[in-house]
Amino acid sequence: MSEQAKDEGPLPVVPWLKGAGTNDPYLEGQKCGCGAIFLGERNNCSSCGARDQLKPTRLSNKGKLYVYSIVHRSFPGIEVPYISAIVDLDGGGTVKGNLINVEPDPAKIQFDMPVDVVFDDALGRKDKDGNSYISYFFQPAA
Amino acid sequence: MSDVYVMGIDMIKFGRFPDKTVPQLGATAALMALDDAGLTIQDMQALYCGNLGQASAMVGQRILQEIGQTGIGVVNCANACATGATAFREAWMSIKAGVNDVVLAVGVEQMGKGLLGGGGGAAGIPKEGLLGSGTMPAVFAEAGMEHSRNYGTTFEQFAKVSVKNHHHSTLNPKAMYQIETPLETVMNAEMISYPNTKLMCSVNVDGAAAAVLVSEKKAKELGMARAVRVKASILTSDPYSDRDLVMPDVNAVTRRAVKEAYEMAGIGPDDISLVELHDCFATAEILHYENLGLCKDGEAGRMIDEGEVALGGRIPVNVSGGLLSKGHPLGATGIANIYEVSTHLRGEADKRQVEGARFGMTHVIGLGSACGIHILEKVA
Ligand SMILES: [Zn+2]
Repeated sequence: MSEQAKDEGPLPVVPWLKGAGTNDPYLEGQKCGCGAIFLGERNNCSSCGARDQLKPTRLSNKGKLYVYSIVHRSFPGIEVPYISAIVDLDGGGTVKGNLINVEPDPAKIQFDMPVDVVFDDALGRKDKDGNSYISYFFQPAA
Repeated sequence: MSDVYVMGIDMIKFGRFPDKTVPQLGATAALMALDDAGLTIQDMQALYCGNLGQASAMVGQRILQEIGQTGIGVVNCANACATGATAFREAWMSIKAGVNDVVLAVGVEQMGKGLLGGGGGAAGIPKEGLLGSGTMPAVFAEAGMEHSRNYGTTFEQFAKVSVKNHHHSTLNPKAMYQIETPLETVMNAEMISYPNTKLMCSVNVDGAAAAVLVSEKKAKELGMARAVRVKASILTSDPYSDRDLVMPDVNAVTRRAVKEAYEMAGIGPDDISLVELHDCFATAEILHYENLGLCKDGEAGRMIDEGEVALGGRIPVNVSGGLLSKGHPLGATGIANIYEVSTHLRGEADKRQVEGARFGMTHVIGLGSACGIHILEKVA
């Protein structure tokens, strides 16, 4: 799979970003019968304890901003400022990522503002083998 | 089961000691606590040592190599910022279990400067600043913003926490800093992660604290005059909540712990005279007023506005200066806050003494997550 993706172009920034080399990328959750949704493959549910009951589910590309922080100081080499955002996706699942195309100013950011999940190159970051990556971002809903 | 008493407890002045080793710092605090108890290392039946930075390097044994290799059992433990509290609790439990009568607990840490938190990660490319932020100031900023979205808590209210704790630290000679930071200074300091400015982030320092815990039988033998009773010792991990794995939930883990702590102690929040809680960031302190039951949900902003949590107020919080100004040497913090509360219960806190203190509470959070809570009671 990863070899194939490599031939086709960018790799996914996280394993639960699916369809990285296609024109229909999306985020995938693992959903338990109890309703809990996790990011990334796992065997058991940490909410109800059920074993081997988790099913892959396509997460929505729409959601609402839950909370955020505007990061002005980060590790060396990381460009600032940026908005670190926690987004509740419509239909379930909570994801953390960068909120883009908004001024990094608390006056311009509202709790519960509708956002779209968009996919783009991972800020030009490449791994040691020179592979480029596709990442997800949040931006104000179109 | 025997009640457990703190018979000796002390901490070194927090600071930066690049010329000392971790075991040397721990040994210094251990000897201070032994002296405070009027005992020696030969009297100890076990050592419980908390340290994060050298968690796989037998810090407890190396402390004994500094002060006396008596051959006692040593437990080294790591539990993020709840490490010191965990070591203390393991010591407490060994007495509760009737295994030991006199034990030593030490928490010690040597810290670098700079940001803590998730850096690169294993495979692929660095995720910081790409998938949001894993830095601690941002993580706790987001936790604080949840309070803002629920109750309208403002940047200014968060900043007031830092003003208060820095003020308290001017009365504590063992704090890293003794400087007043007026509101404008806090709010205009370098913004690290909105709404946490630099002065709203805990200080990375080196530090060590230690305690001698004893059984009731031993306490009576030694004399109860300065003994402090451990009324409750609780440790929890984060229960499942919907966003927990994306946004660490420091609330549920604390609420679960404090409920158990009040039950074990047989008292309620109104009985508590002072609290040392985990103000790793100013935003965090606000959350814990409500989590610990010091006020109703939604009232934390009012608590800080009206000075109820300041020295002289209804329920003083972090009169030591807290992690914001006393400093936060991760593995030492959980015993240092027990030192602070014990000092008040003994009536020995000098200028920052909370008058008439009978019960005090300590609280730490290790992100990931662990919550350690202790309730202590004045004896004599
Ligand atoms: Zn489940």
